[in-house]
Amino acid sequence: MTELFFQYLVAGLTYGAIYAIVGIGFNIIYNTTGIINFAQGEFVMLGGMTAVTLHGFLPLPIAIAGAVLVTMIIGGLIEMAFIRWLVKPSVLRMIIITIGLSILVREAALFTWGEGVRSLPYFTGNEISALSFGNVRVSPQVLWSIGVCMIIVLCLNLFFKHTMLGREMRACAANREAAALCGIPTRNMITFSFVLSAGIGALAGCVVSPITYTQYNIGAGLAIKGFTVAILGGLGNSMAAVAAGFILGILESFSIWVLPTAYKDAISISILLAMLFIRPSGLFGNREAMRLKDF
Amino acid sequence: MTTSRVTPILALFVVVVVVQLLTLASGKTFYLTQLTMTAYYSLIVIGLCLLMGFAGQISLGHAGFFVIGGYTSAVLTTLNLSSYKEAPLVSLLTRLRVLTDRQDLYGGQVLSVHPWVACGVALVLALVIAWAIGIPVLKLKGHYLAMATLGFGTIIYSIVLGTQRFGAADGISSVPPFPLLPGISVSGASSQRITNYYFAWLLVTVAMLLLANLINSRVGRALRAIHGAEDASSAMGIDTGRYKLATFMLSAVLAATAGVFLTHFNGGIGPSEASIMKSVRYVAIVAGGGMGSIWGTLIMSVVLNFFSLRGYFGSFDDAVFGGILILIMLFAPDGIIGSDLRKLVKKLMNKVQKSVSSKTQTTSHK
Repeated sequence: MTELFFQYLVAGLTYGAIYAIVGIGFNIIYNTTGIINFAQGEFVMLGGMTAVTLHGFLPLPIAIAGAVLVTMIIGGLIEMAFIRWLVKPSVLRMIIITIGLSILVREAALFTWGEGVRSLPYFTGNEISALSFGNVRVSPQVLWSIGVCMIIVLCLNLFFKHTMLGREMRACAANREAAALCGIPTRNMITFSFVLSAGIGALAGCVVSPITYTQYNIGAGLAIKGFTVAILGGLGNSMAAVAAGFILGILESFSIWVLPTAYKDAISISILLAMLFIRPSGLFGNREAMRLKDF
Repeated sequence: MTTSRVTPILALFVVVVVVQLLTLASGKTFYLTQLTMTAYYSLIVIGLCLLMGFAGQISLGHAGFFVIGGYTSAVLTTLNLSSYKEAPLVSLLTRLRVLTDRQDLYGGQVLSVHPWVACGVALVLALVIAWAIGIPVLKLKGHYLAMATLGFGTIIYSIVLGTQRFGAADGISSVPPFPLLPGISVSGASSQRITNYYFAWLLVTVAMLLLANLINSRVGRALRAIHGAEDASSAMGIDTGRYKLATFMLSAVLAATAGVFLTHFNGGIGPSEASIMKSVRYVAIVAGGGMGSIWGTLIMSVVLNFFSLRGYFGSFDDAVFGGILILIMLFAPDGIIGSDLRKLVKKLMNKVQKSVSSKTQTTSHK
């Protein structure tokens, strides 16, 4: 029984790490633009798909780096083509545009790669290799995904606190007009937030690909999970999103114990709805600050 | 009611009749099947138009209400209670005509809920769910509202897809016809094609009449005030919460009505009707029709749904709707059939009038 408990826990942590990364992607764009990018999940899909294609003729690490780069470029281009030149768009308009974008990206992926399910090989070992911790057997890929999540969080922290670009982005998040008055090119910051968010999403897509597989339509599901995580932690707070990601991952994996697997998605969305109704500021968010944000 | 409100309704009626005659004349009566389905989809979309364009509340879960209507009706009318015939409750319901006997495709005896009763249950269920969901959801705004409704749609989809009683991935088939009058029923039978076409469009016409009147009433003005500035309208004494909820429930009932009748028309329903893409399509049509124009939405709905159902978009079906969403929202957030076109028409009319009046003036001078 305890063995099973730990297996579920590990599965929960793996998915949690991925959800956390998608949630962070939401937060980065939300912070600089006030937009929820409904196409966030498509970056994850694009990353995984591109990496699989590149891996056809390149070694794995280079393929992944290439996939992240390609997705970052796509992210930047999307922002420049569809979002950069809009003057004070309403929230409703932005929601619909990003939904439209996610459909177009998904359809483009369908025409490029077809309906087939693909996956990258395991980074180390293979499907059956496992590390033993006492009675619990853990696939090395699980450690990879949790590790990559941790490294991303660490790097983002360093980036936002100690680099000029990171500080400028934070300034832009805190008050866009004031940042512009200080000479920060806020429009470039927005483009950069899309690039960064796309890159993070793509990396997540590569890491998770061996475990969950990649298909043209995985984006929407991941986007909802990522958003749940972002809300659960408190919108805009990346560190809280990590904690929330693990909470959601674990809750979801234990829900299989009591409910059929088919309802797994319903569980996480019920959590999202409950959270929105009861405490939209998130578990770790500040209620007072929440009230001041315009929605 | 002023003539300006009657004219479009009459025009709609005339167009419906003319289209039917055209299909008859050109020998393409099979188009009527898609046109009937288009009518039912239009019913959802105009309800959503009231919610999005007038009350300003987005819903990414309207396919959920369609499916609640469709599946409730499908489950109840295909339920076979023949083996419980002797049970007191069942025999009582049979005597009350709530349950009816019929023969299925293979000649077997089926005792199931009467379609009218099933329809009533479906609509009440949709109403109750819309009420229960609407109270908390409509307190949210912007992204949160979009995500919450999207979440509602996803939950319905995963329930439909994951439940054996609902046929899981196969859906429910062999749903019986829906009797309207003796000899007339909502069903896919080709002998009933023309009556079904007229019945579906009658529903749309009635809904349009209802909405057109609603929009031009006190309620409509209140809704537009909410869309413009919710806080301000609340300060002016408009019970914003109640109006939003009522609109949400009305649009849900319209969607459920469409679900019930389309299910009987098609003789079945599948989980794809509940997918998020369906909800997004409805939003795309409302956006394309100009957000705040029920007539624009209806035209957009007829064009897009008919082409989509006839398969003109091929495998680009979803891409077309995604593209429409982006293009409209980028370049014409007020819609192409909406205010812009109307302004253009007005301008042209003014010019024509001016030139006419100037001509008459010059002639009178002579």
